[in-house]
Amino acid sequence: MSGPATPFRFVSSDRRVREDRRFVVGKGRFAADIAMAGTRHVALVSCPYPAARIVAIDKAAALALPGVHYVLDGRELTAATSPLLAGLDIPNVPRRPLAVDVARYAGEWVAAVVADTRALAEDAAELVNVDYEPLPFVLDGEEAYAAGSPRVHEAHGTNVLLDRTFVWGEVEKDFAESRHRLAFKVKWGRSATVPIETFGVLASWDPWREILDVFASIQMPRFPDQVALALKLPGSAVRVHNDVDVGGSYGVKRGIKHAVLVAFLSRRLGFPVRLMEDRLENMRGGDAHGPERNFDIEVAFDDAGVIRAMKMRALDNVGAYAGRSPFQLGKPISAIVGPYRIKSVQYRAIAVTSNKTTQEAVRAFGQSPTNYAIERTLEEVAWHRGLDRLEVRRRNLIKADQFPYLIPSGTSYDSGDYDAVIDKVLAQADYATLEAERDRLRGQGLLAGIGIAACLEPSGANSTFELLLNPKNETTTYTESCRITVDVSGAVTANIHTVSAGQGHETLVGTVVGEVLGIDPDRIRVVRPDSLSAMPSQSPVGSRMAIMLGGAAFHAAQKLKARLVAIGAHDLGIPEERTAYENGNVSDRAAPQLTAHSTTYAVFNLPRDLSLGDEILL
Amino acid sequence: MRVELSVNGKPHVVEVESRTSLLDCLRERLLLNGAHAGCEHGVCGACTVLIDGTPMRSCLMFAVQADGYVITTIEGLSPGPGELSPVQDAFCETHGMQCGYCTPAMILTAHALLAGNPAPTRAEIVEAISGNICRCTGYAQIVEAIALAAERMRGVNRPDGADASAQAGPA
Repeated sequence: MSGPATPFRFVSSDRRVREDRRFVVGKGRFAADIAMAGTRHVALVSCPYPAARIVAIDKAAALALPGVHYVLDGRELTAATSPLLAGLDIPNVPRRPLAVDVARYAGEWVAAVVADTRALAEDAAELVNVDYEPLPFVLDGEEAYAAGSPRVHEAHGTNVLLDRTFVWGEVEKDFAESRHRLAFKVKWGRSATVPIETFGVLASWDPWREILDVFASIQMPRFPDQVALALKLPGSAVRVHNDVDVGGSYGVKRGIKHAVLVAFLSRRLGFPVRLMEDRLENMRGGDAHGPERNFDIEVAFDDAGVIRAMKMRALDNVGAYAGRSPFQLGKPISAIVGPYRIKSVQYRAIAVTSNKTTQEAVRAFGQSPTNYAIERTLEEVAWHRGLDRLEVRRRNLIKADQFPYLIPSGTSYDSGDYDAVIDKVLAQADYATLEAERDRLRGQGLLAGIGIAACLEPSGANSTFELLLNPKNETTTYTESCRITVDVSGAVTANIHTVSAGQGHETLVGTVVGEVLGIDPDRIRVVRPDSLSAMPSQSPVGSRMAIMLGGAAFHAAQKLKARLVAIGAHDLGIPEERTAYENGNVSDRAAPQLTAHSTTYAVFNLPRDLSLGDEILL
Repeated sequence: MRVELSVNGKPHVVEVESRTSLLDCLRERLLLNGAHAGCEHGVCGACTVLIDGTPMRSCLMFAVQADGYVITTIEGLSPGPGELSPVQDAFCETHGMQCGYCTPAMILTAHALLAGNPAPTRAEIVEAISGNICRCTGYAQIVEAIALAAERMRGVNRPDGADASAQAGPA
């Protein structure tokens, strides 16, 4: 059976995912599979209290165990490294891999034990005797925000990391002119994503070459730079290997603190060091935690339930340190009204510390809680006006003929047909039957309901939220790149510069490059050079790679094709307009049977204005 | 302790600590990395191997307990270099995975199911893999892969459309 006709030969065709072959035979290359001779293993000593002063660390019994090489504490590590990058101006909230003097959440790492095997390291970790003095603590975000709360970081003077208010449009005027107003609270409980593979990293420092090799299970923009900064090394001394398969991530495979820890240990001890989280470490002190957000919403609307203005206060309990979390309050700015025509918005973003595990990035990077709050707003308005909630959504949706549509916070939505989405969802879900089933269950005295939500998420390359939350940040876009080379046999290799966690990037790039060049994608080799050989990549975050990596591969392949055509035309002695390009070959339209030039000629037969070794870059 | 393990048809003699899990023994001593550590307490199923044909958690079994049993890991399923078993091929056909971390265990479990039940119902497939977590949530395509493999292994997709039972006879 053939599908709908498309302008493509390979894109969107029914082809296998090339990565699958290695996974089905157990030949993936995950962090725990990478072996280096002489590797030693780390186990962690974690604080059992939400807040405690570290009075003393007695390492003697652990070090006495045969096969144990070292017990590292936070003071030694701190003396040799810089704090991890926070992105906000909060010098008195330093974040480090191991706690120094004070531990601020249950599960925070206090010491790291290095031994010949992981099992031995765990034995020794149990023998590290830490003398703690428990301290007052705060877990709730609003309590942490209130005056008089225990302070998580005494030197910072407050638990507030960020408190910014944005006003887009004439909010007060719109509220004053609206017939109806509502105020309510919405709470998004702390969430986490937990991959089956825990986080793992292997680091090896070569003191003669002065280079650090890192193999890690990551999904983290600027990972090599951040590791280098913390270790006080030039970026060119940190080589992160991208040919590592990641066993699921969903945003949480960040691993900066893990990598800095094992890298320091490898430099300190002179052998490769590996840290594989166990499940307990992964869930309490790893990077798996996501947003925990309280919303206070005020909304102004008319009799028909059409919303004119919204005030949103979002307080996020980021945990003990500033991970990526404060910025998760920023990303929703670029879709602050969701798919709705809300004219004016006041958005107050507050990030507070508490004695909970530090938040990192979790799938959708902060957008999901805000979507939930917006959807609750639509429900509240419908309820208040006694209107059908789907009808209220339709009345507020941006209509198909209104695109491009500029939302109050400055994002231009390029296209959309949201009503069509509702129609499709209702048809697919058989809404009428669902309603009948709900009513039948309610008739039996059961509680039953149907959840409805629209979800509009920014993806691609926009990272202006970093700049919005801290004007000193210079990042406004997340770039991606692809390099294509042709060898003397005419074979094509595409280079990509990131790890993958199941997104199928090799298939994506092979397909796109094959499409443009007219070559079977299975013949396009896709490789992943290490970070020192790589072009810029911001890693697969924010659902961006089909757009950004696919786009980079597309344009690089087009450049290569243009060059092949130029070379072919030169070699044939004809103008480019007379060439025909097909399946990697260039021929003369006027005499196609006579000459065809394969990609091989791109290497050997170069016109004067093109030089050997030029790469096709984007 | 000295332990004799039969893995993928080959005998191995290894010295292990009595506390060494079968998973660690397979990965670290026999360099068979297809079994993966996930939760290391018997919940996720990523470490599944076949013990006398039955799916078992290699993280919950000591290597010394496996002495004398026939152990099959994912490395033992491929018919030859570059080749795939029908189940492995079906997982590729339906893209029954995303990150691939749970995949070897999922495939071993499917092999065990189909060895005893060549025509499982959807409910039986779902029940069989209920001890294997795919956190990327690729279950629909995993179930589809197993059903496809079963269909192919029964021979019902032969070009002439004949059922395998009708073609049974001397090779």
